[in-house]
Amino acid sequence: MINIIWFVLLASGIIVGAISGNIDAVTEAAISNAELAITISLGLIGVMALWLGIMKIAEESGLVSYMAKGLSLIIRPLFPEIPQGHPAMGAILMNFGANLLGLGNAATPLGIKAMKELQKLNPNKDTATNSMVMFLAINTSSLTIIPATVIAIRTSAGSANPTEIIGPTIIATTASTIAAIIAVKILQRVSRYRVRGGE
Amino acid sequence: MIIDLINDISRYAIPFILLFIPLYGILIKIKVYESFVEGAKEGFDTAVRIIPSLVAMLVSIGVFRASGALDLLIEALAPITNLIGMPAEVLSMAFIRPLSGGGAMGIMSELITTHGPDSLIGRMVSVMMGSTETTFYVLAIYFGAVSIKKTRHSLPAGLIADFVGIVTAVIVTNLVFN
Repeated sequence: MINIIWFVLLASGIIVGAISGNIDAVTEAAISNAELAITISLGLIGVMALWLGIMKIAEESGLVSYMAKGLSLIIRPLFPEIPQGHPAMGAILMNFGANLLGLGNAATPLGIKAMKELQKLNPNKDTATNSMVMFLAINTSSLTIIPATVIAIRTSAGSANPTEIIGPTIIATTASTIAAIIAVKILQRVSRYRVRGGE
Repeated sequence: MIIDLINDISRYAIPFILLFIPLYGILIKIKVYESFVEGAKEGFDTAVRIIPSLVAMLVSIGVFRASGALDLLIEALAPITNLIGMPAEVLSMAFIRPLSGGGAMGIMSELITTHGPDSLIGRMVSVMMGSTETTFYVLAIYFGAVSIKKTRHSLPAGLIADFVGIVTAVIVTNLVFN
């Protein structure tokens, strides 16, 4: 899908440019934007280093597992199929905690651990369980509190106030997470998404 | 009132975290300075790792814009996107976001550079980038890790979440900044 979109943008741009006589501008844009990519990513380094440095302290001080415990009360009811005390729940909570702090690199292995634990509870090994779908839907809705990369890009582009988007981002991401939970709960009742004889 | 609160959260979130996390680290007696330096090393890797996808997306969207093709598309789509207060340019972001994190980063950077980080478009794509995830990628790695083939309602649920996140981003950006 991304392959098609990328190619269509490129090819239709070149064709339209040739027809409309903007072909010099097309060449110019291709070369200058390749350079721009480097300027942008180098501008990111400082803010990313600051943020990941702070988050390393959060990780090593055990704040992530502390957050996971705090989340437990809200999150537990979303996974009724997981037995009390099963390690799947711990891995899910740690993954959410790491995501909330923007620790993408730490969140992924925790998420894979959660999926492996959920798979142990799964009677049909090739079919997703309700808990897996809920876990991933919440993940795809994004759980970021501080969008560090976005702030870094805004900073390097010379924004007067790079962090002004934090409040609106928290609202939008909360809305998308609530939508994910509601969508999972409704869709799992739809017959084509039900597991035969399961759950 | 609520808009003031949103702005206060934006202003205080970073100072609060910069104080709270090292303070907690000191109290629990970890070496905060060494931890910080250790983590900061990853900042460089992260910035360098996105270069290839940034080049790919910035070049194709740059060609699309410079040729005049983007203007044609915007003219065609504006009547629809205007209904929810979304500048037509931002629509490209909405399409790429669930498909490719690097691609979305490229589109966001291009729109921020072209229109300015503090323009309505610049702010709107910033909020969108932070509030949604690369749904297809997340599903692929996690289901792939346990060899699940029948993913049931996870894709529709993920896309519904993206849609709601993007529409909310448009509405909130308009309310707070316009």
